[in-house]
Amino acid sequence: MATYHLNVNGQRKQVNVDPSTPLLWVLREELNMTGTKYGCGISACGACTVHLDGIATRSCVVPVSLLNDRPIVTIEGIGADPVGRTVQDAWVDKDVVQCGYCQSGQIMSAVALLKATPKPTDANIEESMGGNLCRCATYVRIREAIKSASQQLK
Amino acid sequence: MRAATQLEKRSQIDRRGFLRVSASAAGGLLVALYLDVPAFAQEGNQAPPQKVYPPDAFVHIRNDGKILITVNRLEFGQGVQTSLPMILADEMDADWSQVIAELAPAADVYKDPIFGIQMVGGSGSIAHSFGQYRELGARTRAMLIAAAADRWHVSPDQCRTENSVVFGPGNRSARYAELAKDAARKPIPEKARLKNPSEFRIIGKKVRRLDSRPKCDGSLKFGLDLDLPGMKTAIVAHPPVFGGKVRGFDDKHARAIDGVREVFEIPLTKGSGLAVVADRFWAAKLARDRLKIDWDLTGIEHPDSSQLWSSYKELAHKPGNVAVSRGDEKAMDKIAARSRIVAEYEFPYLAHAPMEPLNATVRFNGDRAEAWVPSQFQTMDQMAIAEVLGLKPEQVTFHTEFAGGGFGRRATIDAHVPREAALIAKRLRGTPVKLVWTREDDVRGGYYRPMHAHRVEIGIGPDGLPAAWRHVVVGQSLLAGTPFAMMIKNGVDETAVEGTSDTSYNVPNFHVSVHHPTLNVPVLWWRSVGHTHNAFVMETLIDELATRAKMDPIAYRRRLLKADAKKLRSVLDLLAEKGAWRSSVPKGRAVGVACHESFGTAVACAVEVSIENKRPKIHRVTVAVNCGLAVNPLTVESQFQAGLGFGVTQLMARGAITFKDGRVEQRNFDGYTPPYIIDAPVNVDVHIVPSGEAPTGCGEPPVPVISPAVVNALAKLTGKRYRSLPLASL
Repeated sequence: MATYHLNVNGQRKQVNVDPSTPLLWVLREELNMTGTKYGCGISACGACTVHLDGIATRSCVVPVSLLNDRPIVTIEGIGADPVGRTVQDAWVDKDVVQCGYCQSGQIMSAVALLKATPKPTDANIEESMGGNLCRCATYVRIREAIKSASQQLK
Repeated sequence: MRAATQLEKRSQIDRRGFLRVSASAAGGLLVALYLDVPAFAQEGNQAPPQKVYPPDAFVHIRNDGKILITVNRLEFGQGVQTSLPMILADEMDADWSQVIAELAPAADVYKDPIFGIQMVGGSGSIAHSFGQYRELGARTRAMLIAAAADRWHVSPDQCRTENSVVFGPGNRSARYAELAKDAARKPIPEKARLKNPSEFRIIGKKVRRLDSRPKCDGSLKFGLDLDLPGMKTAIVAHPPVFGGKVRGFDDKHARAIDGVREVFEIPLTKGSGLAVVADRFWAAKLARDRLKIDWDLTGIEHPDSSQLWSSYKELAHKPGNVAVSRGDEKAMDKIAARSRIVAEYEFPYLAHAPMEPLNATVRFNGDRAEAWVPSQFQTMDQMAIAEVLGLKPEQVTFHTEFAGGGFGRRATIDAHVPREAALIAKRLRGTPVKLVWTREDDVRGGYYRPMHAHRVEIGIGPDGLPAAWRHVVVGQSLLAGTPFAMMIKNGVDETAVEGTSDTSYNVPNFHVSVHHPTLNVPVLWWRSVGHTHNAFVMETLIDELATRAKMDPIAYRRRLLKADAKKLRSVLDLLAEKGAWRSSVPKGRAVGVACHESFGTAVACAVEVSIENKRPKIHRVTVAVNCGLAVNPLTVESQFQAGLGFGVTQLMARGAITFKDGRVEQRNFDGYTPPYIIDAPVNVDVHIVPSGEAPTGCGEPPVPVISPAVVNALAKLTGKRYRSLPLASL
């Protein structure tokens, strides 16, 4: 066990965990922030996506010991960001979710996409969202919501 | 609404306790309205209703005006947490903006009125509970009117309702919340007038989901998100071959990990496993990885996929147990070989792989237990936990947790996941234990859509229509060895042949038989069950026949349909009418058609496909649906858009579970890969046949049509027919 100081959604957090513990489990079990989901543990599904230094990152494969004070933003904090809030609203407006389990990760990937590419094409969307699995396969509405958010952010 | 939903969720356990107290106190200080099990749910040929436990309810009108409607089903994406309350609220004339929905705990009152157990399956949520929720809403409304009429000394006939308000003569009005306390003392009317469909204000409208916002801001708690004081996490090491057992183990390195509390053997449905209990998931996982286990794998089958295919194909050459025998069995022999098609199909095992890994949380206190499970089968899961703990089912308080998908995987007859959790909780008496199946456990853990081989011989008549049809299906039975085995008739498990044996196509000489090999691989219903493979076989063969007859695929199907196949005819007509998909198909693309009826809902689709990177790229799907009355057309649209994408699972290059020397060869999404955004349809246009008929399901019917339609399009592009899944590189 070791003590780590993390910067999560602009707040300083202290945790005492095994150095190998992935950020995902630190968020879920030490900080009780369960919006970030466990889906596969091998960065193959994207349900655990957070922003690390502003980059969409699979938190299930990032050990806590590598984080230092790099800023982490999770689904619980993304609504404070104007792009984040717009994407969440578009998701609700387009009635995207079904079971909803993957949608935290989908939204985090979509926000990162729109920050880098405000007017994404279908190809941009497929590339940026390509690693986020939705087992319900709500992909048609995910596309619509991203395009709608992009319009809103004009 | 959002804040209220969160509040409801947080206080769920406490408030349920309050509900029970309040009910026994006949109203008490707080306004509450309770309704008992509806009378019609007790009719029919089911077993007599058991004692109602706990005395919970469907409607709770709160004094703040919020109307809490309890949903007797798991919500796992299909949208019933919104659509069932819509039905009740409409008949009740409730103000929809004030409606809150919650998932019911396990209790007799929440059993499916047709199936007689509490469950989600068979696309029956709306089909079975439409009438029930209408009745409940209408009776609640009648009781509120009775209370208002008493108060005003007028006849109930002089009152009307709108948006949670009763209006009486002389400009009198009273809000439901003001009337609820009096209404709760009124007898429940035996009959209440149901609305004429023209009076519906909510049913039939596109209504957004009630659970969207908390699913978009991370606040909604799924089963896996549960956190209870003192809770431990358990992971089980399962045998590498189904039925294996622990012969011995060394847990020294596992126990050395900080936070690991217990390592012990537990019995499984077959064989045994090793449970690791730790303070946190990560410690439990590390510990399991470090266990040294000596498995006893003797005396059990070691399935091997290539050997299974050989034996299945051999079986398919012989007639099996007869599912259908219509017309002359010798008719085929009179048809020349050049007018026959012989087709052999392969379908692999498929895992459901819902996004939220399987889990169950149980706390055992000696004479009572409490369970939190994302469950499709509350009745079975509650019974299993009770059995393990030596309790009666009513001694297990069972909370239905939101589930991250399921597709049948959370509806197991043996309730093996809650059973494992109960076995571990029994040992850790007093401590809540959350059992987590990792993704690896899920992919390797069995309960798959069974693998199947089909062999079909078709004799074509001079009119180009099938004159003789011999069809042999080979696959494990879902029901054999379970309490539902009595549903197997003459050696035929209908779930293996559904979609073929009951086809709506009119073939004069039609013979379907089935072999059910037995094997130690656990199998389970997978969204749309037997229709997954039967629709593929039927719809690819019909397409081939139409092509051979040089006929339009829709015209051919219409000609072949039985006279009573009205729903299928209606969707083919609507698909033809929405004909944009026929014109301006870009070069390099082709359109494939398929139709299928399952769970009472008919579906027809046209799919525009090209080949990119040796895989099918699905540019557009036009789909026509007849599901009777569409209670929430927005849900129907969503279910079809996404359900078609789910159906692509069986076309994926890595869409198969395979065995070598008894071991599953895949372990996670890298080896067993469901559709990502690039694999799913880009656009889906959903057209619903207007209908006033009783609503039928929408969860499963989208799944069967997409894969045959895609390969029918591919056949146009490549000239080849595709009969082996998963689909190899093109």
